[in-house]
Amino acid sequence: MSRAPSDASSGAPLLSVRSLAVAFGDTRVVDGVSFDVARGEVVALVGESGSGKTVTGLSLLDLVPEPGRRVAGEIVFEGRNVDALPERDLRRLRGGGIGFVFQEPGAALDPVRTIGSELIAVLRRHRGLSRAEARAEALSWLSRVALPDPEARMGDLPHRMSGGMRQRAMVALALAGGPALLVADEPTTALDVTIQAQILELLLRLRDELGLAVLLVTHDLGIVAEVADRALVMYAGEIVEEASVERLLGAPEHPYTKALLASSPDAAEGAERAKLPAIGGAVPEPGAWPRGCRFAPRCPSAFDRCTVEHPATITRPGGRVACFLAGEERS
Amino acid sequence: MTGAAPSTNVRPEPLLSVRGLAKAFPSSRTLLWGGTRREVRAVSDVSFDLAAGETLALVGESGSGKSTTARLVLRLLAPDRGEVRFDGRDWLSLPLSALNRARRDVGVVFQDPGSSLNPRMNVETIVGEPLAIHRIGSSAERRERVLALLDAVGLPPQAAKRRPGEFSGGQRQRIAIARALATEPKLVVLDEPVSALDVSIRAQVLNLLLELQETTPSRPAYLFIGHDLGVVKHLADRTAVMYLGRIVEEGPTRDVLGSPRHPYTALLLASRPGLARRGDPDASLRRKVAGEPASPGSPPPGCPFHPRCPRGRRLPGRFVRTLGSSLEKRAGGSPVTTLSPPPGETFPPYSRNGLAWIHLARRTS
Repeated sequence: MSRAPSDASSGAPLLSVRSLAVAFGDTRVVDGVSFDVARGEVVALVGESGSGKTVTGLSLLDLVPEPGRRVAGEIVFEGRNVDALPERDLRRLRGGGIGFVFQEPGAALDPVRTIGSELIAVLRRHRGLSRAEARAEALSWLSRVALPDPEARMGDLPHRMSGGMRQRAMVALALAGGPALLVADEPTTALDVTIQAQILELLLRLRDELGLAVLLVTHDLGIVAEVADRALVMYAGEIVEEASVERLLGAPEHPYTKALLASSPDAAEGAERAKLPAIGGAVPEPGAWPRGCRFAPRCPSAFDRCTVEHPATITRPGGRVACFLAGEERS
Repeated sequence: MTGAAPSTNVRPEPLLSVRGLAKAFPSSRTLLWGGTRREVRAVSDVSFDLAAGETLALVGESGSGKSTTARLVLRLLAPDRGEVRFDGRDWLSLPLSALNRARRDVGVVFQDPGSSLNPRMNVETIVGEPLAIHRIGSSAERRERVLALLDAVGLPPQAAKRRPGEFSGGQRQRIAIARALATEPKLVVLDEPVSALDVSIRAQVLNLLLELQETTPSRPAYLFIGHDLGVVKHLADRTAVMYLGRIVEEGPTRDVLGSPRHPYTALLLASRPGLARRGDPDASLRRKVAGEPASPGSPPPGCPFHPRCPRGRRLPGRFVRTLGSSLEKRAGGSPVTTLSPPPGETFPPYSRNGLAWIHLARRTS
């Protein structure tokens, strides 16, 4: 089922990331990450804390906080290398080309600015609208994200709204500049489950209406299953598996993906008080990554080679996996 | 199953019995924004029982009152109304000295072990502190017990001399669990103990909790506060679903999650992003239930869920506002609370099926 209209006209992906590496001081937290996002596609970047998924998202627009910086790699958006852009164009790209939605809208919104004035500022900057036009457009965005009583919301400060309403406002703000890609970093993690369902439905609807591409950064495989077309699984700073969501859920190949799926309480349909298959140990800290495969110390199928040699990524149509076993099973 | 003695319907007195618990907080909204001072009814009329060795999950979203209920049971807060009996005693009227002695029977694990463990103490002091407070054993015996506890939660003996800051989130939660079990309590209150943990660590800690419940000699009962129904399913014998300060459905976990009776429970289940993929029938239920919970400062009259309820919206207003509720037996035995019509009225026929679902909090007087 291909919900995503493929970009057949140009053939080039909307976003192309190649060999991205980000370091904080001398410690790499993202290491050799490459992926593409097509127009209209929802791609999930899945991982646990410390996997580097958030930093990967932030680095798309050089938003990694100090002292972090991109130390290698290339980011091409709409055919242009982001590094070659002057600061002025980069600023235009933030919001105008790529929109961001963060986990905690309470922290991302200016506490002393009304939602209306934030939206109007975005619309004037990125769309060049007059004040009156921007106001009308702001109102229509608030109703588009289904905020109740948009007229009244225009004058509200963020703290007057519930978490779900703030996240709707955040989505409106992120999209008002007319971006082609929305990076949503754990957009529903701080929300209650019934509100989360509403926000996810909203994102899918806007994707369909606007032909928006979404890079969804999340730790929750349930959300991936529900909204993503394709998933990239990150572990210890690198992508260990990429596949369509159907394939990832139905036939995961990397032992880490398998273990993640098995240990999700959602996945294990079973009797109550049943033990879950757990992964031993913990995600290694950046800077303390093992020499061979970074998952080897926790991997139930690891053998000698895994601890000394870093597995190369095996690419094939529709996906890739970085595991010695996956290669052998195929041959 | 059935022993030599003929089984009776009289259950032994539960370990923990809560009746009509209520707590309101003065609203802190200032007058600056034109708000008026009101009270927020965090918990209104909550009743439940927890048997020895059993696990009861209180589930709900933010504002449902689940954590406040836990705090009331722990006597970290004083309720406005209601009764709590614990281990055969009137827990709320215990004088402070007796309460402090009795606290050795109750352990607690909070959501964030980063802030609930003293960062300046080493692990041995943290885990051994409840033993020291209750003067259990000599200091050498206590040290030995701490090492045994650390071993039980899967931490090496060297951990004893280190501080919480040197551990990962999952390990810190193991320390918190060791501390909670140190005095071999009869009840452990678990307030979102795995919510802050990564998926792979969450499964380890859940398994540990299940295992320790069986291996700890006191066989503690767990009062588990959570919002993730997947987690609840693995841990709890019984589940009570809370909404705006009331329990709207309660029963064996298998029944509550397998065949929910209250539309809010059904909504919670349908909202959980599932590995069963999109396009599922749940999506239509989610679309039907719009909106957000009302503020606990101004709960709607009648069933607190009715403004969002796909069935409740179809009912004539007088029903929604005045519905009472009653205890009903689920097929198979345990009581669930369901709805009864207002005195002197019968339900309109078209909604009778739906009404079996809708329920108001049990009215205890």
